Amino acid sequence: MRRYVARRVGALAATLLFVSLLVFLVIRILPGDPAALIMGTEGSREATERLREAMGLNRPLPVQYVEWLAGALRGDLGRSIQYDVPVGELIVTRLPVTLPLALLAAAFMVVVAIPLGIYAATHHRRSGDYLAMIVSQLGISIPQFWSGLLLILFFSVTLGWVRAGGFDGWSAGVWPALRSLLLPAVALGFFQAAVLVRATRSAVLDVLREDYVRTARAKGLRERLVVVKHAFRNALIPIVTVAGLQLGQLMAGAIVLESVFALPGLGRLALGAISARDLPVVQGVALFVASSIVVINFAVDLAYGALDPRIRYE
Amino acid sequence: MASRRPLRHVTFTLGAAITLALLVTAALSVVYTPADPLAMSITSRLQGPTGVHPFGTDHFGRDVLSRVMTGAVTSIAVGLIAVGIGASVGLLLGLLSGYVGGWLDEILMRLVDAVQGFPAILSALLFTAVFSPGMLVSMTAIGIAFVPAFARLTRGSVLELREREFVVAARALGGGDARLVLRHILPNSLPPLIVQATTSFPVAILAEAALAYLGLGTQPPYPSWGLMLKEAQNFLSMNPWFAVFPGGAIALTVLGLNFLGDGLRDLLDPKTT
Repeated sequence: MRRYVARRVGALAATLLFVSLLVFLVIRILPGDPAALIMGTEGSREATERLREAMGLNRPLPVQYVEWLAGALRGDLGRSIQYDVPVGELIVTRLPVTLPLALLAAAFMVVVAIPLGIYAATHHRRSGDYLAMIVSQLGISIPQFWSGLLLILFFSVTLGWVRAGGFDGWSAGVWPALRSLLLPAVALGFFQAAVLVRATRSAVLDVLREDYVRTARAKGLRERLVVVKHAFRNALIPIVTVAGLQLGQLMAGAIVLESVFALPGLGRLALGAISARDLPVVQGVALFVASSIVVINFAVDLAYGALDPRIRYE
Repeated sequence: MASRRPLRHVTFTLGAAITLALLVTAALSVVYTPADPLAMSITSRLQGPTGVHPFGTDHFGRDVLSRVMTGAVTSIAVGLIAVGIGASVGLLLGLLSGYVGGWLDEILMRLVDAVQGFPAILSALLFTAVFSPGMLVSMTAIGIAFVPAFARLTRGSVLELREREFVVAARALGGGDARLVLRHILPNSLPPLIVQATTSFPVAILAEAALAYLGLGTQPPYPSWGLMLKEAQNFLSMNPWFAVFPGGAIALTVLGLNFLGDGLRDLLDPKTT
């Protein structure tokens, strides 16, 4: 297992290096001068040149990359032009919105999708299975932001149970904060859950057809034990694969839902930074989100090794 | 067991019918819409469904049905081009990685892992920081997000096909690398890629709508379903229908394309049924 982990950590480091390179290159190499972009049409040539000097844009590109990367590794992602504070600090202040939103959505996804997927598989081609498949097919087809709007329309505009958006922060109390995140988390988790239901159903169905499951049933084992101990355990690899991929997508989905529900998270920070031409913030958020997704994928890879020992020895 | 005759396969037929309806609507909108999708009318703002405006009107009094019809063209265009970008770049990377192997395979696969960290929204955010937002940014960002899936799928097929007897025999007969790849490996790796392209298309439509909603994709006044939902959000309490029809159009289209993809997978690869 140690060798497996070491190999995966090496791959993770290389992948993260590529992530940083991609983020850096998009901003620095694509046509256009970052300093001119930030200054806009109203900036004088001298002011643009001063900014270019201050940002270190006159130095060779490899030097700029190494310095930027070294800074990023120390947690220094540069300084926001719009707010005049370190980008890392801005990200940290927005995380208490985006992270709980993604975690709540992930919890919703797992709690709804896995039992429903198992139920559909164990009731194959019966009404419960068809119903689960119809719901999941709908869930996959409805855009997250539209389900968000429909939830606002129903729970906020029609029933008046919750407010349509906004977030007062955790200092206003845990329950009010959770109430603000609940609808967006459901809208975000519903789509992801729909994908996971299908994957869980399909994986459990495959395993239920295996000889060892037939043997377990022939031994007289209770159906519940057959499903939980034999079928589900062995179906975990494809389920974890899809759930892992969905977790990464949750971060991206959170960016959209933050806009629907006016939540001051990372997505809104990045969108605001684009309007303000605050390139260090865009770069910092992109690096943070992309790296988080890569690290989640790495954790999923490690989970494979723990779940199925054959994978470690390949 | 699903029938392998396409028309007897319920999911496939339903999906094909909805997709055909989408294509017909899009084609029709090029030559005919009930009203000019860009024509404003202050006197008929935010109307619900009526005989004159079956889907109602928006905040500028524009006909929502005509805008939904025209929005279909945007969705199809962005979807097709994005899948095309993802498939062609992914195919190239997968072929190189799988066929050449060794250190190139290692490097390309780490690059693909890294690209997987950039969902369409993130790439679009980065591109919009440098370029103006628009359909081109949408297509490129969504296309890039598809590259890893196509690259991995192609690489997997190439690794398997490379060792198959007919490829080994072709090599023994003196076939060069280009001939082996283009004549023997590539055609045999296409079926799973076609299925992947079909399943990616609805994802592209969802992503296009999300990007337009965020203001990173199609720009006003040109109709896009996502953009229409963004505009509708401010008028939810005054005219909820404004948000219902564009959202419904996205959901129905994606549902149809998902059915088509599922049906196609069943028909092309009965093992997964």
